[in-house]
Amino acid sequence: MTQNTAEAGVVTGPGDDRMVVAENVHKSFGRLEVLRGIDLEVRRGEVACVVGPSGSGKSTFLRCINHLEKISAGKLWVDGQLMGYRQRAGKLYELHDSQVARQRRGIGMVFQNFNLFPHMTVLGNVMEAPVRVKGEPRSAARERALELLDRVGLADKAPEYPRQLSGGQQQRAAIARALAMHPELMLFDEPTSALDPELVGDVLDVMKGLAEEGMTMIVVTHEMGFAREVGDKLVFMDGGVVVESGEPRGVLSDPRHERTRAFLSKVL
Amino acid sequence: MSTTPDDPRPAHGPAAPAGQSPPEPVKAIPVRHPGRWVAAGFLLLFAAMFVHMLVTNPAFDWPFLFEQMFSAPVLIGVRTTIILAAVSLALGIAIGIVVAVMRLSDNPVLVSVAWLYTWFFRAVPRIVLCVLFGNVAILYQTLELGIPFDNYWLPLLGFEDGARFYSVPMETLLSPFVAAVIALSLSQGAYMAEIVRAGLLSVDKGQTEAAQALGMNQGLVLRRITLPQALRVIIPPTGNEATAIMKDTSLVSAIPLTTELFFQLQQIGARTFNLFPMLVAACLWYLAITSVMMAGQYYLEQAFSRSDRSARGAGGAGRGAAPSVQSE
Repeated sequence: MTQNTAEAGVVTGPGDDRMVVAENVHKSFGRLEVLRGIDLEVRRGEVACVVGPSGSGKSTFLRCINHLEKISAGKLWVDGQLMGYRQRAGKLYELHDSQVARQRRGIGMVFQNFNLFPHMTVLGNVMEAPVRVKGEPRSAARERALELLDRVGLADKAPEYPRQLSGGQQQRAAIARALAMHPELMLFDEPTSALDPELVGDVLDVMKGLAEEGMTMIVVTHEMGFAREVGDKLVFMDGGVVVESGEPRGVLSDPRHERTRAFLSKVL
Repeated sequence: MSTTPDDPRPAHGPAAPAGQSPPEPVKAIPVRHPGRWVAAGFLLLFAAMFVHMLVTNPAFDWPFLFEQMFSAPVLIGVRTTIILAAVSLALGIAIGIVVAVMRLSDNPVLVSVAWLYTWFFRAVPRIVLCVLFGNVAILYQTLELGIPFDNYWLPLLGFEDGARFYSVPMETLLSPFVAAVIALSLSQGAYMAEIVRAGLLSVDKGQTEAAQALGMNQGLVLRRITLPQALRVIIPPTGNEATAIMKDTSLVSAIPLTTELFFQLQQIGARTFNLFPMLVAACLWYLAITSVMMAGQYYLEQAFSRSDRSARGAGGAGRGAAPSVQSE
């Protein structure tokens, strides 16, 4: 807990080794307060696993990081940039849609329901953003897309449409699609929750490979095994706040808070 | 019937064992449907009477009909009708997309304007719009480009001439054909706006989020992700709209745009005192054009459901693997 709040208030710069800094982040939907003051730091190359009961605000917090949700209060920096706003002379200015889009380029996101584009082939899905957003030449984007698909074990699925793929294959294709933008940070929103149990392993293997290459990752998950094995940090959320965070093995084997202990006793 | 424990073959086994003759097919007397026979008999009788009338009634005057159906003014009428329908539909679709996007925007002014537009042009009958736009010249004799409301405030600054840079007589600008295009495409745009809006709303919100997460701006998301997926919902009703606008080109003689198909046929009928064959000729022409359009729509729908069909070809594998679990 203390390590999260100790340096809060310090604006990160590009030289900073902190990739994500959340400072007292609040989020309300109407009268419903989903996030009630999140303080969190994720360093470069770190894998942070966010766990907690449903309704605890894990997914909402993840969506705030790439500004899919606007935060109601607090501040959120990614790679030294204030997400969704510009601060000048002590005032906050909302960023234009295209500027937010630019900020999001460096942040890959993988969704629970994959959200592949059904009207494009798997290859088309992976090539889309590099070609349309970054303006990469098609041939280069295609080569890179095939490389990425090969890496997630889907080289032979490139010409097929998403609906022809199993859930696990779709999710790996979605990971390849996110990686095609050369992100510095990857967000995973319960990437294996919609999968048949036998398909979970393949997806987790791909994520593990990414972590080993030094990708900064924030993973909202129920896979405690993955959190223990791959995570550098475990964040336990409940009721819109971070109850406890720290080294995964420590938190899992010796939780300090009663609430964490109660949750872990149910899922482990 | 009971099976002994030793018997490896269940009494009601799913497949006949090899060597046995195939099962005897069910032989049963089918249920009689006398009502169907009576109805079919009556309908056939009516059909025969109808055909008999077509052939024997001199009012049809078939030789005259076919001679006039392909006469020069009628063919020009067909061309006008097709061009008018195609241009109005194309403009209507363009207007519809813009208005639908306005309707779904966050800007309350855009939303209200889009709503007002749809409200007005869906409420007013097309024939009224046609007459209205045919008479717009009463409103403005000339069309002038300049600074808005200049005649009110420029004199206050000492300028008397006003600030009009360009003017053109309304009559040359608003030919009957242009008036027809404006009337029909504005009306069509209102219907298309609702169809496009329904199509855009049918696309899962996760698609937009995934596209945004990849760094796409709103325009790119619309062009590359939501609109292409909305097309599958948009195309079938648009086919109906296409046939409707084609038929409604017959209203533009009220503008009056007289080179249109129906008016030409009616004129020939009036001139020759032989009206009825020309009305039948109109039916035949509209039938022919609509049939060609329906064929076109069929192939268009096939092309746009490509990703769906190939999925079905593969046995729909993985289709059920994406349950609509809501993320918290």
